[in-house]
Amino acid sequence: MQVSLFISCFNDTLFPQTGQAVVSVLERLGHSVDFPMEQTCCGQMHLNSGYRDETVGLMRRFLDVFEPCDVIVCPSSSCVSTVRTSYPRLAREMGDAELIRRTDALAGKVFEFSEFLVRKLGVEDVGAYYPHRVTYHPTCNSLRALKITDAALALLRNVRGLELIELPKSEECCGFGGTFAVKNADTSIAMLTDKLANIRSTQAEVCTAVDNSCLMHIAGGLSRERSGRRALHLAEILASTEEGMRQ
Amino acid sequence: MSEARTAILERIRSALRDVPPGEDASTDGVERAFHRRGEPGTPETVARFAERAAAYKVSVSECDSAGAGAAIHEILERRGHRRMVTAEDLPQAFVPHGCDVIVDHGLTFAEIAAADGVLTTCATAIAETGTIVLDHGEGQGRRALTLLPDYHLCIVETDRVVSLVPEAVARMEPSVKAGRPLTFISGPSATSDIELNRVEGVHGPRTLDVLIVRS
Amino acid sequence: MTDFAPGIVVERDFPDAARDALANTQLRRNIGKATNTIRAKRLKVVGEMPDWQELREAGRQIKAQVARHLDTHLLKLEEAVTAAGGRVHWARDGEEANRIIGEILARHGAREVLKIKSLTTDETGLNSALAQRGISAIETDLAEVIVQLGEDRSSHILVPAIHRNRAEIREIFKRKLAGTENLSDEPAELAGAARRYLREKFLTVPFAISGANFAVAETGSVAIFESEGNGRMCLTLPKVLISLMGIEKVIPSWRDMEVFLQTLPRSSTAERMNPYNSVWSGTRAGEGPEEFHLVLLDNGRTDVLADEPARETLACIRCSACLNVCPVYERTGGHAYGSTYPGPIGAILTPQLNQPGPAETLPYASSLCGACFEACPVKIDIPRILVHLRGKIVGRKKETLAGKFSGEAIAMAAMARIFGSARLFELAQKSAVIGQKPFVRGNVIPSLPGPMAGWTAMRDVTPVPKQSFRQWWRAERGAESSAKPGGSA
Ligand code: SF4
Repeated sequence: MQVSLFISCFNDTLFPQTGQAVVSVLERLGHSVDFPMEQTCCGQMHLNSGYRDETVGLMRRFLDVFEPCDVIVCPSSSCVSTVRTSYPRLAREMGDAELIRRTDALAGKVFEFSEFLVRKLGVEDVGAYYPHRVTYHPTCNSLRALKITDAALALLRNVRGLELIELPKSEECCGFGGTFAVKNADTSIAMLTDKLANIRSTQAEVCTAVDNSCLMHIAGGLSRERSGRRALHLAEILASTEEGMRQ
Repeated sequence: MSEARTAILERIRSALRDVPPGEDASTDGVERAFHRRGEPGTPETVARFAERAAAYKVSVSECDSAGAGAAIHEILERRGHRRMVTAEDLPQAFVPHGCDVIVDHGLTFAEIAAADGVLTTCATAIAETGTIVLDHGEGQGRRALTLLPDYHLCIVETDRVVSLVPEAVARMEPSVKAGRPLTFISGPSATSDIELNRVEGVHGPRTLDVLIVRS
Repeated sequence: MTDFAPGIVVERDFPDAARDALANTQLRRNIGKATNTIRAKRLKVVGEMPDWQELREAGRQIKAQVARHLDTHLLKLEEAVTAAGGRVHWARDGEEANRIIGEILARHGAREVLKIKSLTTDETGLNSALAQRGISAIETDLAEVIVQLGEDRSSHILVPAIHRNRAEIREIFKRKLAGTENLSDEPAELAGAARRYLREKFLTVPFAISGANFAVAETGSVAIFESEGNGRMCLTLPKVLISLMGIEKVIPSWRDMEVFLQTLPRSSTAERMNPYNSVWSGTRAGEGPEEFHLVLLDNGRTDVLADEPARETLACIRCSACLNVCPVYERTGGHAYGSTYPGPIGAILTPQLNQPGPAETLPYASSLCGACFEACPVKIDIPRILVHLRGKIVGRKKETLAGKFSGEAIAMAAMARIFGSARLFELAQKSAVIGQKPFVRGNVIPSLPGPMAGWTAMRDVTPVPKQSFRQWWRAERGAESSAKPGGSA
């Protein structure tokens, strides 16, 4: 299958290795990946901060760049949820019939990475090897907007060597929330503190998720703990193989 | 005053300019895809009612219609209650014997409060939620009767027990339309205001007994 | 709080108020314990309902109909209540409502009036308005008694004293109630003390004030859901009863109660059914109050109605499920919201009933995690409305010079311009790599200046790697593999 990668501005800039992992897993499964170079940002931050005009501009741009693609895969649950849920709603609020049609069509072909593997390709075992104790944090967008927690868990269960440990109170928000983490830093940190305690209680070496924005927030806290525990995107776990480890 | 009325209605109408004129205002078109029909009066339904009422710490017992008098007597004996208030129109079969029956022909609140307890029937009962519903019709008395005494014994005849809330709402529709008040009672008075724990007994009857009478 | 203080005037920015609340560890423990208890209970009683989603949807649809035809339903309600022997009053704002209620009581020469917990009277600041007339309002709900005796403020819409634990409650009672020297902190004993304190009041004070959970237009019936029986006392024993309700509380027909009688108890006290629900219509000879007044309050609700994307805010049945599941509320408690309506519903409702000012910080008091929407029994999409309100605030600020040139507005505009072109975006990525250099320590950035200082107070920042994904792709795959997206499968 021809798959177009929407990396997200955040991953593009800060977490290129996540994008590389997505490419490597998809290619390992025999699919071909392209990367529309004109892509930048879906406008999520502008939208959630109330900058609607700017969001509309970025939405139109996103449509122009990705409309020619058949299938779009993105390793960020919040960006997928923006394109799938917020775009059509924004178009409706604007009452623009042409935009409604375009955003609806686009919404049907954008998938979060783990969702794509399990729900679209029907693959739960991607041949990964990762001999570590791992706990999974369902990000709010993956849990409530996209409802894809079972896909990520199924993939993790099939990783050889991986010991999956359930995260207590996993459904509670980590406290990131985009600009929330800055505007309401104290509350955000209080939420993170509890999330970190729960992660600690699992004794896992790695906390994984399907969104690097939440993971960066969690990693920022883990790094202060100096426990050696780290945060890692699911795609990177799925990309690692026994051969790769030996090299 | 009518100035405020006019102003508010005016504001509402101008706020709702997007609503097409002539649109149906009723809720008849609302999708009611939830469960609405159960099995009123069946042994399973009655058993569920008993179980769910008991979950609120209601003590539930059962008898057939011929044994009602004896069962009532036995419950009141066990509780040690000697002065029971009842409504004027309590069916004869349920009037307790062997204790003082204070019939409400216009008792004062203080007189009602001074009784050991009150005995009533109910209009309907809901199995799913363990609720008894009073429409303060025959056998149930006015609202103060089941409020002021610290003990309430409620007779629930099995043909009054429905499975689901919507069935009870439907059964109570004629009463509401006739202007009767309703009281839904699910267990004895309680509060969750202290650390969100349900604690029995603040202002209403702190003890509620239910006697299910097979009809 | 003896001066006149409507409950929805927010005086402090949320982040500041939250900081203080977060520093109070006892408060955090009390709230955390209570919300976690009720969350588990709610999941259990909701989980046993196979038709829960259908009930939520029906509730949403009924409330949408209420809003879309509010004038029709209110007029029907007025007619039915009047026909049943009640009197209906209309109040444009809180002050007018307080005046109407005060005048009714003054006409009867009332010095004391009983009260059932009512958010709406808290919203209008009724108690202090009555105090100015020399009428003292006696709260009868246990939690309100705790708040009133503790000279405190409510922090939860269902359990106003949720921030108090049993030991603190005992101390308040011992201080304020006679004959409580040997009171233990057993909840049953504490409740018993309240019972004794109020019993005499119920039997002697002939006036009562309530709110309303629902009012049925078709039959003129008002419904009150409660637990303790204080509601029944106030609705049954006094001679004069006054109920204050927001205009959005009307429901069209009696049958609609079949939905809310199921969704409200399970969402609020997390029970299959709360102990007592009372329904009454006007007045009735020999039964209950001789005089009944229903006061219909606007107080900004018609503004909410006019803003179509936010209209569903008015569907709220004040169950408090959204508070209980909210990770922000769980940490800060209710006082930080500075309003009668805290938590997620408060974050959308309070600013809509307020003037611009500190209340405008409330729509930002959310990580948009969506837990509230998932729990809401009438399916109010709170995160969507939060974002909508943020948009309105930004729009309003853009109209002022200071707002237009605020740091945030400039940064957002600059970022939008950068994202408008892949070339500019790549340039920005490169300059970030250079710009961050002074801050990088090993593999992390431990501290940043300016608005990002809040972030780095407790969290390290991931530095921007030298090679972005697009640079890697170009180096690995060459530009041609990216030129033509899409194509055949
Ligand atoms: S917004 Fe929904 S969940 Fe929150 S109090 Fe209102 S009805 Fe309940």
